Amino acid sequence: MTLETIRTNYRLQVVLGLLMGICFGFLLQKGGMTDYNVIEGQLLLTNFSVLKVMLSAVIVGMAGFHLLKHFGYVRLHAAEGAWGTNVVGGLIFGAGFALLGYCPGTAAGAVGTGALDALVGGIIGMVIGAGLFAEVYPKLRATVLRRGPFPAVTVPELLHLNLWTVLVLMEVCMIGFLLVLEYFGL
Amino acid sequence: MFIVLEFLTVATWSPYLAGAGIGVLSCLAFLLSDRPLGCSTAFVKASGLIGKSFNAKKTAVMDYYREIIPQADWALMVIPGIMIGAFISVLLSGQFHLAWVPSLWEQSFGPSPLLRVVVALAGGILLGFGARWAGGCTSGHGINGSIQLSLASMVTAACFFAGGIAVALLLFRVIGGA
Repeated sequence: MTLETIRTNYRLQVVLGLLMGICFGFLLQKGGMTDYNVIEGQLLLTNFSVLKVMLSAVIVGMAGFHLLKHFGYVRLHAAEGAWGTNVVGGLIFGAGFALLGYCPGTAAGAVGTGALDALVGGIIGMVIGAGLFAEVYPKLRATVLRRGPFPAVTVPELLHLNLWTVLVLMEVCMIGFLLVLEYFGL
Repeated sequence: MFIVLEFLTVATWSPYLAGAGIGVLSCLAFLLSDRPLGCSTAFVKASGLIGKSFNAKKTAVMDYYREIIPQADWALMVIPGIMIGAFISVLLSGQFHLAWVPSLWEQSFGPSPLLRVVVALAGGILLGFGARWAGGCTSGHGINGSIQLSLASMVTAACFFAGGIAVALLLFRVIGGA
């Protein structure tokens, strides 16, 4: 079975989506990410578990992804961004993140642990929110979403530096940041 | 064997270990499914499927549902998957319990489930709306976009936390007064 036959097999992909979701949910829960107190604690800067989990995932994933890409097994999915899309959308998301105390994936995980606020507020709220966005999308697409396009798709392109140079610098910075957190006992 | 069992039944792992596992899983999603391990697309698909059951004609011609087709595929199944995975994890550690109000919330805003659900619902709506506006969530942009060294994803992730920290501090340190 080649990668192409796996990727184009619709039924297999449905099963893979479920299986990867199960692994993701398991890891999120074991990492403490399905707990409202941990996530809100991160936003209140009293608990740094969310950053620890995210940065560890990026440290491992960034190296793994670019090695796989170098040998032609995966392709880049990054798209060009814009202030109107990423900054405005990101800030709206942030407000919701703080009020709900979960993000989309961790809200689903919290439901699995028995958090009813994550089910009624989070899951139902997000379906409503996504539905509202679908309603206004045609108006936004032609206007605000396109405002202020970013000058590059990837960070190496932005900095005009070699991919591997940027990658090593980023890895060193992320590992250094985690060491600093540990040093200060955060 | 006993060590493996104990490893699975312990309540929490080191955040570094759980994070590293998520990093490996993200690479597997790119490799086997040719897509980032994101969560927020599922909510578009769910809203589209609900829309289809009420007004199939209108939903079929909406631009957003032509780009993100409402169907039970990889991107939708990941959400029930996460629920099941987290459920298995708490079941193994014996920590499953139903609750409306998290303790940190209760300390500042009291034990009323109604107040908690109203604020959570407002948050959920903003989260779903904002995630689709930005084109991804904490996993799609924050982890999987950053993995690819995507400029847009790193800027988005910074804005998630900038907005989140500002509103959380306002909520708990100003309104909540603690």
